[in-house]
Amino acid sequence: MTAVSYAIPSVLIFVTSALLIVVGAVGVISVKNPVHAALSLIMTLFGVAVAFIAQSADFLAAVQIIVYAGAIVVLFLFVIMFLGVDRRDHVTVEPLVGQRAFAAVGVLLTVGGLVTLMARSHWVTGAMSVSSQGTPIATGQGNVRELGTAVFTTYLFAFEATAALLIIAVVGAVLLARRERATQTEEAGQ
Amino acid sequence: MNVPAAWYLVLAAILFGIGAFGLLTRRSALIMFMCIELMLNAVNLTFVTFSRTLSDIDGQAIVFFVMVVAAAEVTVGLGIVVAVFRRRPSSSVDELSELKG
Repeated sequence: MTAVSYAIPSVLIFVTSALLIVVGAVGVISVKNPVHAALSLIMTLFGVAVAFIAQSADFLAAVQIIVYAGAIVVLFLFVIMFLGVDRRDHVTVEPLVGQRAFAAVGVLLTVGGLVTLMARSHWVTGAMSVSSQGTPIATGQGNVRELGTAVFTTYLFAFEATAALLIIAVVGAVLLARRERATQTEEAGQ
Repeated sequence: MNVPAAWYLVLAAILFGIGAFGLLTRRSALIMFMCIELMLNAVNLTFVTFSRTLSDIDGQAIVFFVMVVAAAEVTVGLGIVVAVFRRRPSSSVDELSELKG
């Protein structure tokens, strides 16, 4: 089984998404300016969306763009602007001696272990889950209908719980980010 | 023939590794949050890949819920970051040393 036997478009799509993901992720952890890091994060999120579409997860790709790139990164940018761009966070300075080396060794061990696991084990294929009654998901075309059915029947309780979670998160964020009234008068006095 | 699932799984492992390395080494609280998002996306990619491999929609449903919880987590987390770093000159986590004896 060689790479030649795969369809050229799918290989091209994979290479595109892999490039977007890896370049964006390296940009997030290496640039100094937080605004540039947020823009690199958008690049990675688009790469993941491409990988989603290539694996026939159309709805999730749309949600990925709308929620992650559209809402979460904008929230990051708002907070960066609110706190001011921090230019004193030097990438080259290493306050703890040996931290980078230890982190690199740990991460390499983790990723190497994962890849070794993948290479040495074989997948359970052909087994259908109980909840989807053995109906395979549509490949090559959209499966929004199946996903909606799963979310609104099998996972209905979890869906409602996430709705409550979002409300609680919004109220909590407002409470956390609100200025105290005493602080405001103190600032006015200064 | 589509590319094998292992390619996407290795890609997700690499993305997770990059996110973990950034979380362990960067000092800015905002960058650390972005690295957590990278790791969450790596896990989402793994779920979608297994969903395709096992032809099971449940993997995609779980990714949907992971996205919702990630959105809530980012909202509360950035609220905490704003509340903590409002009065400080930088957003470096090294400044949070009030409990040092």
